[in-house]
Amino acid sequence: MGDACSCGGCVGSKIGCDNVLDKFPEQKADLEKYMDSLPIGKEKEANRGLLIQCLHKAQGIYGYLPESVQLFVANKLGLHLSEVYGVISFYSYFTDIPVGENKINVCLGTACFVKGADKVMAEFERVLGVKDGQTTENGKFTLGGLRCVGACSLAPVVMVNDRVYGNVTPAMVGDIIADCK
Amino acid sequence: MIENAKQLAEKADGIRKEHAGRSKIGILVSMGTCGIAAGTTPILNAIRDEIKKQGRDGEVEVIETGCMGLCHSEPTVEVFDRESGASVIYGQVTEQQAAAIVESGSKPAAGATALSRGWYYPEDEENKDNALQARIVLRNTGRINPQSLEEYLVQDGYAALAKAVTTMKPQDVIDTIIASGLRGRGGGGFPTGKKWAFAAAQKNDTKYVICNADEGDPGAFMDRAVLEGDPHAVLEAMAIAGYAIGATKGIIYIRAEYPLAIERLNIAIDQARKEGLLGKNIFGAGFDFDLELKYGAGAFVCGEETALIHSIEGMRGEPTFKPPFPAISGLWKKPTIVNNVETYANVCAIIRKGADWFKKIGTAGSPGTKVFALAGKVNKVGLVEVPMGTTLRDIIFGVGEGIKDGRAFKAVQTGGPSGGCLKATELDTAIDYESLKALGSMMGSGGMIVMDEDDCMVNIARFFLEFTLDESCGKCTPCRIGNKRLYEMLQDICEGRGTMETLEKLDTLSRTIKDTALCGLGQTSPNPVLSTMAQFKDEYLQHIQEKKCAAGVCHKLITYTINESCVGCTLCARNCPVDAISGERKGRHVIDQDKCIKCGVCFEACKFHAIDKS
Ligand SMILES: Cc1cc2nc3c(=O)[nH]c(=O)nc-3n(C[C@H](O)[C@H](O)[C@H](O)COP(=O)(O)O)c2cc1C
Ligand code: FES
Repeated sequence: MGDACSCGGCVGSKIGCDNVLDKFPEQKADLEKYMDSLPIGKEKEANRGLLIQCLHKAQGIYGYLPESVQLFVANKLGLHLSEVYGVISFYSYFTDIPVGENKINVCLGTACFVKGADKVMAEFERVLGVKDGQTTENGKFTLGGLRCVGACSLAPVVMVNDRVYGNVTPAMVGDIIADCK
Repeated sequence: MIENAKQLAEKADGIRKEHAGRSKIGILVSMGTCGIAAGTTPILNAIRDEIKKQGRDGEVEVIETGCMGLCHSEPTVEVFDRESGASVIYGQVTEQQAAAIVESGSKPAAGATALSRGWYYPEDEENKDNALQARIVLRNTGRINPQSLEEYLVQDGYAALAKAVTTMKPQDVIDTIIASGLRGRGGGGFPTGKKWAFAAAQKNDTKYVICNADEGDPGAFMDRAVLEGDPHAVLEAMAIAGYAIGATKGIIYIRAEYPLAIERLNIAIDQARKEGLLGKNIFGAGFDFDLELKYGAGAFVCGEETALIHSIEGMRGEPTFKPPFPAISGLWKKPTIVNNVETYANVCAIIRKGADWFKKIGTAGSPGTKVFALAGKVNKVGLVEVPMGTTLRDIIFGVGEGIKDGRAFKAVQTGGPSGGCLKATELDTAIDYESLKALGSMMGSGGMIVMDEDDCMVNIARFFLEFTLDESCGKCTPCRIGNKRLYEMLQDICEGRGTMETLEKLDTLSRTIKDTALCGLGQTSPNPVLSTMAQFKDEYLQHIQEKKCAAGVCHKLITYTINESCVGCTLCARNCPVDAISGERKGRHVIDQDKCIKCGVCFEACKFHAIDKS
């Protein structure tokens, strides 16, 4: 999102800012259109059943779920912000922190673990200088772990964005990072 | 629109005829997540190009299919002859082999690696070659195009639903499932028919049928393979379940990490709706049923049925105490059945062929088959479907063809984070729900990880505890805090701080958590600890008393040194990520122990066995 910004609201943070709703009207329209297509009614309990799919949609649009977006979703569904935040913080798929340009996910499933995925992870942490779950300061990489991508025959597996690398060794880590433009 | 059972049969016959007239040779290309990751897409294109080039458009047809289960040899391609029934499966296919494969038809092509099949289809044939695998659940996976309703219809698709709603009463369906002895494949092994009977007995005009496709066991992918490879089978079975219990609405709760399965399910649902196989008045029998997808969001505990229901309701996926069971009060407080993907995948075959047929396969207490995702240090990693009662040895050394690199077998882990490890002396156990439980492990959903002498069992226990810690929802204290303490104790042992007292505490606390945790997650989380302690006590003792890790896994307990075999090739120094190795070219190198992070890169890089690990 970086360079298009001129609102000044994100001073101090290099990636993203919280004012995404006003800053990206097209995205907002997209989310609004989706939510308007849902059978949102007066009953709070029933509306709550739509919450998780709305959050999936919103995160698909913005890449993460900043407070302003959470509030927008909460208002539309007639829920409290705290209820929405409670759900976001529970599910590991949702995040309220902006993610980097490249998402590097090391599979930490059992098959990959017995083939040495922990060493691969340690090497990524060392080279990128961030821990599992963090984003590099230049906003280029977010390092994460995931559980079994179902390519156990290629273990240990690393997913970079949508690309799968198989039989990864710590020595390959540098090349994988260099592969990301 | 297919309006009644007769039209369904006519339509299926019509397609069969059309297929027979269209192409003699079919080429199946495995396009599951794993296949695509291993690079099947360019091969698919190469085969298509080759067919054009050889001018055989009408005669040879390419079919994109799901996972054949031969993950060890991905990319895989199967060529079959519709007339003779002959077929050949190729592994590790390359684009260069496309020409030869297209040219050879169902005869093995020169220059390509043909694989043996290793399974039979109990519904369609006798087990002539004494195959170890029997495919009921995976009958269509890897055999048809999952994106084509027509191909599903050729395989008797929706015939079971037609039979159920037009010729059976709901109670007959339930009786058949009870008689078949089918038990839940999601891990618990609860009798499926009984669960349906509970829900059917509830008087309520709204009931729900839920499919649990949350597949949380890290290192298992059976359900994904079924959903990607044969989505209609799950839809059909859910409709049958709806008819049996009196529900008109179904929900598939699927993990968001399975985009391909989601895509294929959506296609299948659309197709079924268009043909009237879902919707109002199915087969003209006055039965309505429709379903929708709900997505998980990365929480293992949501695989637990009460947590799953809360998640569908849009709440935090925290489990609640049972009873009441969902069959009495489930989604939106209505009677609800929750069944696993694989459980549903058995239902259509049982309705088509009858309970007696199903009971002939497997053991008396656990009829049918079980699909395992065989992985770890075994030669042939893949999806395996075997009759219940098959021994671990037959799976690991038969289907799996033994341990990689000629290493020694040490243990096999089943049941994922809720399960346990079995050792070599237990390899001849005939597996079913009871036998695994008796040995301190469990069937689980089907993850099967093989370990060799290079794996440290204390570290494996720690790995699973770390997983549980991550995934504990935090609602109950034993699980939230107890598991944290267990983890710390295991950490202590792995890092050389463990004492005999740690070991004792580990045991007591494990048992306490088992007895007091709220849900299945906490109640089973100490299993990996208890089972490794029972089976591999000597390893724990070695870590504690000798401060040694024989497998050479626990970092803090190993040191790398360079011995006199070093020829000074500098390979280790160049590979060391922290520049801890120094030495002259052609001279013996040394490792600076203060800098060494014990990553083992040098050990693996050295071609002269000059690095000692102790
Ligand atoms: C912590 C925990 C995780 C579970 N994860 C799954 C899962 O991923 N898939 C599944 O089908 N069942 C899972 N179960 C079992 C379900 O609670 C439930 O018993 C099952 O879906 C019932 O279906 P079945 O009778 O067809 O096996 C889990 C249970 C627990 C306690
Ligand atoms: S455990 Fe990593 S791909 Fe299955």
